[in-house]
Amino acid sequence: MKERKWTGDYVFLFENLILKDFRIRYRNMSLGILWSLINPLVMMTVMTFLFGRVLGRDARDQPYPVFVLCGLVPFNFFTGALMTGATSIVDNAGLIKRVLVPREVIPVAAVLSNCVHLLIQFGLLLLLTVGFGLRPNIYWLWLPAIWALYVMFLCGLALGASAINVYVRDTRYVLESFNMVLFWLVPIFYSFSIIPEKYVKLYQINPVAALVFAMRHILLEGIAPPMSLMLNLTIAASVALGLGLAIFHRLKPHFYEYI
Amino acid sequence: MATALRFDHVTKTFVHRAGQMLLRDRLLDLARPSKRPRFEALKDVSFSLEAGESLGLIGANGAGKSTILNLATGLSLADQGSIDVNGRVTALLELGAGFHYDLTGAENLRVNAAMMGMTRQQVAERVESIVDFSGVREFLDEPMRVYSAGMTVRLAFSVAVAADPDVLLVDEVLGLGDQQFYAKCLGKIREFQTQGKTIVLASHSTELITMLCQRVLWLEKGRVRMQGSAEEVVAAYKASA
Repeated sequence: MKERKWTGDYVFLFENLILKDFRIRYRNMSLGILWSLINPLVMMTVMTFLFGRVLGRDARDQPYPVFVLCGLVPFNFFTGALMTGATSIVDNAGLIKRVLVPREVIPVAAVLSNCVHLLIQFGLLLLLTVGFGLRPNIYWLWLPAIWALYVMFLCGLALGASAINVYVRDTRYVLESFNMVLFWLVPIFYSFSIIPEKYVKLYQINPVAALVFAMRHILLEGIAPPMSLMLNLTIAASVALGLGLAIFHRLKPHFYEYI
Repeated sequence: MATALRFDHVTKTFVHRAGQMLLRDRLLDLARPSKRPRFEALKDVSFSLEAGESLGLIGANGAGKSTILNLATGLSLADQGSIDVNGRVTALLELGAGFHYDLTGAENLRVNAAMMGMTRQQVAERVESIVDFSGVREFLDEPMRVYSAGMTVRLAFSVAVAADPDVLLVDEVLGLGDQQFYAKCLGKIREFQTQGKTIVLASHSTELITMLCQRVLWLEKGRVRMQGSAEEVVAAYKASA
């Protein structure tokens, strides 16, 4: 049996699905989009207190709040995009079972909806960067490129995870645990320089860590991210997207029966 | 005239697997495949509709009416047989399908229109006629959760017909509208028929079916019990009950 083709306006469809998510999430909150700022601000403050005042810290020459936020923003986006992406197909059972809409669109739209929060948090980060006296530099032009790769990487993960989650509903719990481990394995509150030599490679191939490094290179040190890092990020994004799409295509014919 | 929708010896089965969605179930599937009992929702169903014809589906609950519509929409795949559709398909399969109850009517209208394949420009051009046809203008900025079932159907049907489908599939929901809306739907469906569009309608209301459809397919336990002209099949269906 061949698949029925959907004809329509993909850009308009994405725009509407992203707006829909955004409206649903914020309609019933009195503080609206401020909620997107409160979580990173609270975390940033706690960590600045903990590592600035209580425990010793490295990276003393850099403004610690910006340093932490360079780690928190990519990590928060990873968590948000992966969790909403992974459950998106099951959460949108009403669409899968009753509306003919290209199914790939659903996890991708879930990831892109998180970009709205990302932009808000990013605004905060840039504001703080400048507020701590770090000037914008030419390497800021790298930011859209590294984030585009990162979003691609997450679209791939969300496609794969959302398809698997239809058949194995424990997937989300596995991802939650994985996420907790990742929090410690991504250099959010510690710097690259304290990682022992033999683990450096391991950190470099982790795309989340790679993004944190790239962010710190650009925003804190005012230098271009190393080419090897960019290469790793490009490879990770391509592999994740390719694999995610392959898994999704393989599993989607029977979504209807399993949801 | 061209064939708009054709089912050729279509069989669709489902596996009984309520609540079996965990990792251990998938591992069991691997260990001993196809042990679970299968349920035949449709068995060897064939029919063919020319462009401009309208078909009513009748039968008891679980007879396979919705399964036909789901397959025709392209939401699930047949196990055997083939399904051919010519042109754009739009489906109205459940009350409020694709609507979110926290969004307003106007917001849902746009999301739904985008999902049905309308472009930004088409929505801009058609939004007024959609709202007019639905008759829910004064509630447009209210969240959908305050809409009655009838109002929800009105909006959904208005968007669906505005998508200008070649084949329109409707499951039951029209029965929730009032008499005035029936008359509007009837008018729209007549207009569609003269434009060579095809409609498939599943309903328990034989009255609605005879009003809107020329042909009727009577399903019983997933098999075609009878098909033919609306009067003929509806008469036989009523006689059997």
